[in-house]
Amino acid sequence: MHRNRIDQLFKILFKLAGFSAVLVLFGIFLMLLFNGLTAFKDISIVEFFTTTSWSPSAYLEPRFGVLSMVVSSILVTAMAMVIAVPIGVGAAAFLSEFAPRSLEKIIKPAIEMLAAIPSVTIGFLGIVLLGPVISDLFGTTNGLNALNGAILLAVMALPTIISISEDAMFAVPNTYKEASYALGANKWETLIKVTIPASSSGIIASIMLGMGRVIGETMAVLMATGNAVAMPDGIFSSVQPITATIAIEMGEVPYDTPHYYSLFALGIILFLITLAINVASDKISSDLKGT
Amino acid sequence: MRLLWVLILSSAVACTTSKIETIVIRGSDTEVNLVLKLAEAYMDSIPNLSIAVTGGGSGAGIAALINKKTDIANSSREFKASEKELAFTRQIEVVPFIFATDALCFIVHEELAIDSLTIEQIRDIYTGKTNNWSALGAIDLEVSLYGRQGNSGTFTYIQQRILKDDYSLRMKQMNGTSQIIESIKNDPAGIGYVGIGYVLDKNGKVTEGIKILSIKEEGKKAISPIDPQNIISGDYPVVRPLYQYLDGSPEGVLREFLEFEISAEGQRIISENGYFPIAEQHRKLNQNSLARAQKQD
Repeated sequence: MHRNRIDQLFKILFKLAGFSAVLVLFGIFLMLLFNGLTAFKDISIVEFFTTTSWSPSAYLEPRFGVLSMVVSSILVTAMAMVIAVPIGVGAAAFLSEFAPRSLEKIIKPAIEMLAAIPSVTIGFLGIVLLGPVISDLFGTTNGLNALNGAILLAVMALPTIISISEDAMFAVPNTYKEASYALGANKWETLIKVTIPASSSGIIASIMLGMGRVIGETMAVLMATGNAVAMPDGIFSSVQPITATIAIEMGEVPYDTPHYYSLFALGIILFLITLAINVASDKISSDLKGT
Repeated sequence: MRLLWVLILSSAVACTTSKIETIVIRGSDTEVNLVLKLAEAYMDSIPNLSIAVTGGGSGAGIAALINKKTDIANSSREFKASEKELAFTRQIEVVPFIFATDALCFIVHEELAIDSLTIEQIRDIYTGKTNNWSALGAIDLEVSLYGRQGNSGTFTYIQQRILKDDYSLRMKQMNGTSQIIESIKNDPAGIGYVGIGYVLDKNGKVTEGIKILSIKEEGKKAISPIDPQNIISGDYPVVRPLYQYLDGSPEGVLREFLEFEISAEGQRIISENGYFPIAEQHRKLNQNSLARAQKQD
């Protein structure tokens, strides 16, 4: 009797814990939606989504066009993934298939430590270390640009990609690989044609998680990308992604003004992009598991 | 975030020892170090007074005053019309106070072959009309613009008083003055604007790696901000008063602190830190702001 009651109590407690995450998520989304949509009382929704000048503290008329920032966010994220995916998947393959156990025991914790470095530190390295290197290497006058941000973000996405991909590759049953060797395939052919396809759902999930981290990252991009709100015209343009804009401007706005609400509208855009990435990653990995 | 800490600290202080009086000051990054020095000097002489000074930018200070989260809003620019309106609707009586004068200067990389610019040339550079240094007879490089962010009073001052137009969207909006200086040191095509106190040391020596531009008018001699006489005499044109805005008339310790700032001792501290004493007409404005309080007594 007594034991049952304790069971009952804990069942309720755990249920509450489970639902609280969902409640918080919905609470945040509703707050974003409510505040963000208020922005369109004063700002034309067409102007908001189709024009490229964002200058809330303009000399004459404040302008709220998010297009160049959305493009900047996508550009920086895409570049970061182009850098991080080959390195991340390659490192994961090395760790799970080729590295001796003793080496793996050193490298894997080291990679996971990389995730523990605060983003503000990485951003600082972008300013003092990577910036000058980029400007020397590519002959630009300064290194505060989309490429700098993308490299930093790639570094931040690597631990996620490597760690989860490695687990996925490691989980591929040995019998698959042995069958491949038995057919005369070498290690490389086995990796490309057997191990990676067999673990593709895990690899894609790792890439999507990495991407989610990259697009939501604020501090490193704020410090290293140069924060120019013009439409980027290449990888050497200074850009200001959505997250940086929100972080920079949230502190200055008087509450209940169009500018204040427009930052929430930016938050909605960011939320929807992250949501789309998560849904896509779920869908892709469940599709792959199904086959 | 910084505001949050101030709130936590000040409320913690208020809870534990109710006898300690606190003044919360927030705003301009140009003013933060200077006001901190003044506050420290003043707190030394007055026991049981705690003054919390934080930065965040003039816009942040003004927003905090409007949101009733600070006693003093440090601001290196005037209230904008829209902010005045907002303050009025929230029943805040905005009272200005001027405690120091600041000179802004334009800086470039030390190797750039330009020593002086006219205000018109600066306007064309910052609005994006002039986008290559070769147009001004220097090296063939695209101009790399550095400025502050929209919450900065310096950003607004240059926009309203010098450009009278919008900044080029290509301007890199930097987090603070030091970031601008560090970037210019490394950028052979960079130009930026900073308070003169940040690039001159106590002996009048310019920070290494950068060049401070003189401002010239057509047909006249170029005027350098490096010589303090040019600023005190009013010949150097990019000079602005540094404001502290209050909600209503200052009373009690708040009023005493403001009076200390414009006393001989306060003004001496200001001069020692790379800023300049207030001008005569600003003393009159201060008198008006303080007199209002006396009338109400």
